[in-house]
Amino acid sequence: MDGIHDLGGTDGFGTVPHHVNSQSYKPVFHEPWEHLAYSLLFLGADHLKTFNVDELRHAIERMEPRQYLAAPYYDRIVVGTASLYVEKGVLTQAELEALAGGAFPLARPQTEGRAARPTRSHFEVGDEVIATRDFIRGHTRMPKYVRGKKGRIVHRTSVEWPFPDAAGHGREALRQPTYHVSFDAKDLFGDGAEASSVVVDLWEGYLEKAGAPNV
Amino acid sequence: MAPIARRAHALKEALDRKKLIPEGFIENFTKLMEVDWDPANGARVVARAWVDPAFRTLLIKDGTRACEQFGYTGPQGEYIVALENTPTLQNVIVCTLCSCTAWPVLGLPPDWYKSFEYRSRVVRESRSVLREMGLDLPESVEIKVWDTTAETRYMVLPFRPAGTEGWSEEKLASIVTKDVLIGVARPLANA
Repeated sequence: MDGIHDLGGTDGFGTVPHHVNSQSYKPVFHEPWEHLAYSLLFLGADHLKTFNVDELRHAIERMEPRQYLAAPYYDRIVVGTASLYVEKGVLTQAELEALAGGAFPLARPQTEGRAARPTRSHFEVGDEVIATRDFIRGHTRMPKYVRGKKGRIVHRTSVEWPFPDAAGHGREALRQPTYHVSFDAKDLFGDGAEASSVVVDLWEGYLEKAGAPNV
Repeated sequence: MAPIARRAHALKEALDRKKLIPEGFIENFTKLMEVDWDPANGARVVARAWVDPAFRTLLIKDGTRACEQFGYTGPQGEYIVALENTPTLQNVIVCTLCSCTAWPVLGLPPDWYKSFEYRSRVVRESRSVLREMGLDLPESVEIKVWDTTAETRYMVLPFRPAGTEGWSEEKLASIVTKDVLIGVARPLANA
């Protein structure tokens, strides 16, 4: 989903609000409600099994862009989590608004997502690969700054996980390994790139062998 | 729109009324987030790797197993990869799409790591971003940025600074901060 959340490489933002080692990082939460965001997310994902974490990530991506940009981080977790409880039929938006005493805007509607392309071959460390040119309306974990770019495998995971483009829509998802794919930063961001390389952790279904036709 | 504090409490209240929140669930999960998951955990792992070559080899080869020896695995820390710095290589971790972090090893991500500024800029303007944050690396130091886009959770294994010879593990761990584990700072012997 080419949404506002896919921020890597976007220009125009100012300085990162931090100077190294200047914070004690305690307390972890700054407002008395903030701990509820992850707690109620994990209640739904781990304990009740109402939804999975991929669906939560996608619910946040489905927030109306202006709401996404204006909401602090834990607010977005609350909105995404609440949206899923409503979409899964556990709660209604009306009861949330009654309890909140005001409007409680939720994520925009779901699309159907896509199944994983069947695994054609494993890649090996050192292989050159291309991140697919696919444009995905639903959830995906391939940031758009690598779309169509050539990279090199530096690691294949020893574990396989559900393909997020399906899992993020509550669909049955094939499991695949992921690969740490190293991209030359100049291929991604031109001569102005300030890193030597950017390594992105990509599911097998996002990759093709370099030189193979894009099918 | 209702204020976020009211919306967050409304969500909890709605689930509570349907008896969906087990006794102690929120309190226990909050304790994990506030107390158990802490950057001091990652610092202990780094200090061990600095003094114990066999452990260092294991950490680089199989970060999950190495962290498991300390009990530092769990949610958002089930497949851990350690990134080894050298005097001429600085690894930096980000999650451009959201905020993914190795919670049990590094603690929950700080606000700045989740900021739009860091997420948008560090993959593209890494050297400037680090300089603005107080880590001014010479051009001779290569920067490698790792975007946490799947299930791998990273930690940086920093280079042990000169002047720390003979230090105890505890003293070594004290100079390995959360920012060092994320890769935006380097440990200093005189910190």
